[in-house]
Amino acid sequence: MEVVSSIRTPLITGGKSVADVSDDICRQVEGAPSRSWMLAIAVSSSFLIVGAYAVSVLLWEGIGVWGLNKTVGWAWDITNFVWWVGIGHAGTLISAILLLFRQKWRMGINRAAEAMTIFAVICAAMFPMFHMGRLWVGFYWALPLPNTFGSLWVNFNSPLLWDVFAISTYFAVSLVFWYIGLIPDFATIRDRAKNQISKNIYGVLSFGWMGGAKNWARYESVSLILAGIATPLVLSVHTIVSMDFATSVIPGWHTTIFPPYFVSGAIFSGFAMVLTLLIITRRVFHLEDYITVGHIELMNIIIIVTGSIVGIAYITEFFIAWYSQVPAEQYAFINRATGPYWWAYWTMMTCNVLSPQLFWIKKIRTNIAATFIMSIVINIGMWFERFVIIVTSLHRDYIPSSWAMFYPTRYDVGVYMFSFGFFFTAFLLFAKFFPVVNMAEVKSIIKGYSEK
Amino acid sequence: MNEIKKRYWKGIEEFTNDPEFVKYAEKEFPEYLPVGNDTGESSRRDFLKLMGFGVAAASLAACEAPIRKAIPYLNKPDTIDPGIPNYYASTYLQGGDYCSIVVKTREGRPIKIEGNKLSKVTMGGTSAQVQASVLTLYDKERLAGPRKEGNAISWDDLDKEITEQLVSVLSVGGQIRIITNTMLSPASLRIFEEFKEKYPGTSVVIYDPASSAGILQANEANFGMRVLPSYDFSKAMTIVSLGADFLGTWISPTEFTKLYSKTRKVNANHRKMSRHYQFESNLSLTGANADYRSPVKPSDEGEVVIGLYNLIASKAGESSISGGKSDFRYLKKAASDLWSNKGKSLVVSGSNDPAVQTIVNGINSMLGNYGSTISFNRYAKYRQGDDRAMNGFIDDLKGGNINAVIFYNCNPVYNHPRGAELAESLKGVPLTITTSDRMDETASSVTYVAPDHHYLESWNDAEPKKGYFSLSQPTISPLFNTRQAQESFMAWTGREGNYFNYLKEFWRNNMYPESANFGFQYFWDKSLQDGIYDSKIEEENNAAEQNIDAQAAAATVAQNYKGDNGLELVLYYKVAIGDGTQANNPWLQEMPDTITKAVWDNYVTISHSDALEYGITTKLGITNMVNLTIDAFTVKLPVIIQPGQAKGTIGLALGYGRTKAGKVADGKGFDATPWIKSLNDNSYYSVTSGVMLEVNDELYQVAQTQTHETFMGRANVVQETTLKEYQKNPSAGKRHMRITTWMNEQKSLSLDEVTLWKGHKYPDHHWGLMIDLNSCTGCSACTIACQAENNVPVVGRVEVINRREMHWIRIDRYYSSDASLDDLSGLEVASENPEITFQPMMCQHCNNAPCETVCPVAATTHSTEGLNMMAYNRCIGTRYCANNCPYKVRRFNWFKYHDNKQFDENLSMNNDLGKMVLNPEVTVRSRGVMEKCSLCVQRIQAGKLTAKKEHRITTDDDIDMACASACPADALVFGNMNDPESKISKKLKIKESEGDGTIHKTMAEERAYTVIEEVGTRPNVTYLTKIRNKDSEEPNT
Repeated sequence: MEVVSSIRTPLITGGKSVADVSDDICRQVEGAPSRSWMLAIAVSSSFLIVGAYAVSVLLWEGIGVWGLNKTVGWAWDITNFVWWVGIGHAGTLISAILLLFRQKWRMGINRAAEAMTIFAVICAAMFPMFHMGRLWVGFYWALPLPNTFGSLWVNFNSPLLWDVFAISTYFAVSLVFWYIGLIPDFATIRDRAKNQISKNIYGVLSFGWMGGAKNWARYESVSLILAGIATPLVLSVHTIVSMDFATSVIPGWHTTIFPPYFVSGAIFSGFAMVLTLLIITRRVFHLEDYITVGHIELMNIIIIVTGSIVGIAYITEFFIAWYSQVPAEQYAFINRATGPYWWAYWTMMTCNVLSPQLFWIKKIRTNIAATFIMSIVINIGMWFERFVIIVTSLHRDYIPSSWAMFYPTRYDVGVYMFSFGFFFTAFLLFAKFFPVVNMAEVKSIIKGYSEK
Repeated sequence: MNEIKKRYWKGIEEFTNDPEFVKYAEKEFPEYLPVGNDTGESSRRDFLKLMGFGVAAASLAACEAPIRKAIPYLNKPDTIDPGIPNYYASTYLQGGDYCSIVVKTREGRPIKIEGNKLSKVTMGGTSAQVQASVLTLYDKERLAGPRKEGNAISWDDLDKEITEQLVSVLSVGGQIRIITNTMLSPASLRIFEEFKEKYPGTSVVIYDPASSAGILQANEANFGMRVLPSYDFSKAMTIVSLGADFLGTWISPTEFTKLYSKTRKVNANHRKMSRHYQFESNLSLTGANADYRSPVKPSDEGEVVIGLYNLIASKAGESSISGGKSDFRYLKKAASDLWSNKGKSLVVSGSNDPAVQTIVNGINSMLGNYGSTISFNRYAKYRQGDDRAMNGFIDDLKGGNINAVIFYNCNPVYNHPRGAELAESLKGVPLTITTSDRMDETASSVTYVAPDHHYLESWNDAEPKKGYFSLSQPTISPLFNTRQAQESFMAWTGREGNYFNYLKEFWRNNMYPESANFGFQYFWDKSLQDGIYDSKIEEENNAAEQNIDAQAAAATVAQNYKGDNGLELVLYYKVAIGDGTQANNPWLQEMPDTITKAVWDNYVTISHSDALEYGITTKLGITNMVNLTIDAFTVKLPVIIQPGQAKGTIGLALGYGRTKAGKVADGKGFDATPWIKSLNDNSYYSVTSGVMLEVNDELYQVAQTQTHETFMGRANVVQETTLKEYQKNPSAGKRHMRITTWMNEQKSLSLDEVTLWKGHKYPDHHWGLMIDLNSCTGCSACTIACQAENNVPVVGRVEVINRREMHWIRIDRYYSSDASLDDLSGLEVASENPEITFQPMMCQHCNNAPCETVCPVAATTHSTEGLNMMAYNRCIGTRYCANNCPYKVRRFNWFKYHDNKQFDENLSMNNDLGKMVLNPEVTVRSRGVMEKCSLCVQRIQAGKLTAKKEHRITTDDDIDMACASACPADALVFGNMNDPESKISKKLKIKESEGDGTIHKTMAEERAYTVIEEVGTRPNVTYLTKIRNKDSEEPNT
């Protein structure tokens, strides 16, 4: 029994009834694809196809088609990896942590955010795969599998191995969590379906959900358990990703501040991506009543908080470089701000630290257009953050004779495009065929205010 | 034997004679098997089953890997054991370039060249060109047989036609010329003599692309001997070089490096070293090693040498000569140092002008250097070229006075300044022959090509210095239908037999000493095994009679050395490419230039201030193209801004712009040979007037392996000091890193004491490498030796631009900067005339290796002997190890470099012939794996096996790394640091201390340091500080 204050504003606007919710959400799934959806999928799948060409050249010819070199061994590949993993974090944060904290406002957005997580993690996982020199053996040699190579085992000291565990766990938990949430909604679609094929497909997908009290009780407890499992992942995954850098000896990487800095950066960029997607989705699918300006404002507040944490982290790095009195460390940071990649550094600073401060102004953080632009700016900034950390640290480290520049090639861009193509194609297919809002949960909050 | 009464039953069924059993008793499978039906006919099901099996089996069989046959010897040669290398002493001869070598062969294939330590001339040193020559052997573009007008012809027909024509020339009393570069082989010279006897109209014309005719002429005039003296740099405490790049390209650089480096080795007990002054226009390798270097223009060369003469003369109380200036930077200082080291000094000049060389002789004579640092007892024969004779020959040819020309292993059409004229006039000569190994520029201009063997397929002898003989022997059967050039001459002379017998007889008659005890065969075998034979000669001071007319020389100098105050061009040779003879060797093309670190190109070098004036900028190798106009002939060339380049001068390397050397070399760079001028009838390698430079708006990228020029003042990378400081304190210049912790702020700890690492215990061996920065001259012989030993691929110009060269050992070249340590952007800019440090850099084999911890699949691990090992087969190519390597020495296989048309310049991995050079003990790495220096682990294993078979521990003699053994300066010392008797232990004064189950080694050698010590990697590669013999740390501008 929940008690909700009568002065609390409604989470779902437009005076929706339970039937309206089903209608509004299922309409997308049941109806013919809209023109705008067709257009969007055409664009995203063309990205996917062009990107697939780049990926196949990469796999056929070798990593040399990228712009990497003897000094800069990682650039766009790992930048993209970290960026995509970071984006995924918002979904988990929304669905798991906000569930544990009983934040009901999350219900309108958690489905889409979780889907985003799944697809972002897949996109992220692509890059460690593609960046391997020998993918054909690497994809399973990196796993601690029993083998006949003698007593050949993986190196548990390596942060890359920790990544393997972190990402695969994260993906598995997120997928299960997302799917469990989908089951009652699949059942709703199944029950409404008029054509036999849909009935069968959604029947299989809904795992025979009957909607009985026992079903609901189990559903609730599984959700809670999974939320409990997923919550530490929000912190651990990006912590481990940050250890790829933090445990190394390269100035600019070798920093103990990285775990919290990366996690807040991940949430920061993740919320930005959620906003990008939801602002489009609510518009295209007319879900303004479910994904409200209130949602957007709350997410923008999280963006100010995490953006500021990230900003402090940037400044702290400089302070520590000075305080350490380690010349290589100091040079790494001076080089970041004033070296050949100064523009990347200042793009990062502007996008990540300065621009989110505009959200202190209520008018801006409740303005949908401004939020949309900002969400893109932040994602650009966060991409540059990873680029700055990876490339500007590597390109000038200890031995000046090896200092070099990194220039991306069309295949760097192409493989990045591939991940975008995949992400948006997958998201659009999800938006068309799966319920984008968790109907079952939203139905529980339409009467969530005191006016009966 | 008792009758067996027992019966054994197969089962109860047999015992009871069960009818079911009896029915099937005779069948193969007595029990019922559901195969076929009772009628014995096949069913449709069976058909399908068999068909399915058949298809599956057939397709599986089709998947079988192609069969590669390893065929054993039918009759195994008793000297070849598969897997065991054989070593043969031999001699590298390339014109006048000489090196006594030991050739490593595997299963009859020469795969590696080592220096011959028995040689008193090269003393075990090698050069990059020598190291790379083994790949030239397997060059597919060598001619496969004799040619007439470009078409194949048989040797018999060729001999018949040539002999007929020679005889007809003889009958009309015609003129025959044999053109050759310096010929060091006494037996071959004898063959030329015999040819001359048969055809009296013959004369031999000797020329050298890098001519030293000026020295020969001066010595002839001054001492009555038309020879090069023997320079002993090891005895010289003051060395003044006037533009002679004696460590890089001048006359006999390997020998000179060996001698020079002896004077550069210092330790606490020997705190002395030579002082080296260099006056030159381009920054040469030698200039880079000088303690004091003064850039001068070529037009000032005369004034410098006269100035130095007069400075010495005034000290010696001799009369001065006219002209000259003494206000060149460091000239007075050089003169006073020379004077205080009288008899222990040496002045050399790279000039090809007999007048300048006469004055240099005068200086050396006043300094009393003849008989000590300069000697005619063992005079050198490396350069015998006579520029006047060569010019005379071309004039004769143009005049139509020559009936036949034979080019012996030389390519004057390309590398003589009048090559174009020569090619043109050769058309009118009835009989033209060359012994070129390929259809090069000269071969394409003659009628007959009688290709010579590669030197590794040949018998030969050499006398590089008076009385020092050496032998060449074949290390492989001829790969092609080529013939030893000497045998060709023998055939044309009408002499029977082969060159081997001739050579042996020649040695029996000329070298075999009467006093020998064991007979000629013993003498021959011993000489062949050693590769050398030193005959005794009488020591006499044959330079006593002198006739040095310095005043007359000064008068010619005054006439000749005038600039027009415009730009002056100085042509030079690069250490790798040299005169371009081996230009089709990709190892040499991709060897970073010793100074600019550029590959695959030649380019104009210009000083920083001139570049500013012309508006030339270079960034990361991207540079302006310029139009260089000389003699109304304009070419487009890229520019490199070269610190240390004399203001008002530009440099340009010869040996490039080959048109017919082969796929690798053709079209690379520009051929500047036509710009070699003439001075006093000798080749003159500078253009002092009429040089026009114009910047055009095109950009070009010169591929450089190092684009950051300075070491940013990082004393953790380069630690250096001056001799003066070192004499006061042997650990001067070395940083002493100490750490103070919060636990005890009063007491600082060494880096070893503050560590998270457990350390290692190396029970048997602990391999280490010591690199003396003071000895390393930067010659890069090690880079090529490593490339040959470890199958390092060549990646081509574009991939070097992409910063992906694969060399396991690189020579980092750092310029000093004038900026203060706080001025980080200023530190990136090299001084106008910088101090230079060469730092060989390879895998440091860290005891706490950052690469090892980060590999997810444990592909790079630590050995129990201190090596950081790489398991290529395990590598999945995440490149994390390379990122985390603070030394950036790991190399990734970005592409498949073998069997890939995209990398066909990588000759050693892309055709069957080239692959013969691969070292079978080292894996050719596949695409997508990481590689790096292994400290020649295959050599370590081989050495350990040798020692094991003899039941002893390894010694220094068992194992040496490819780089260390190639080094002509002995800058690298490899050894077992667990062995207190090893050279490395003694040099580093290693002390062991035990703590918590591990052994700590501390190096008591004051100069020893490890690069970026504070990272805590604790490398097994140790460096010794660089020491400059300077009075003070004055900036060298």
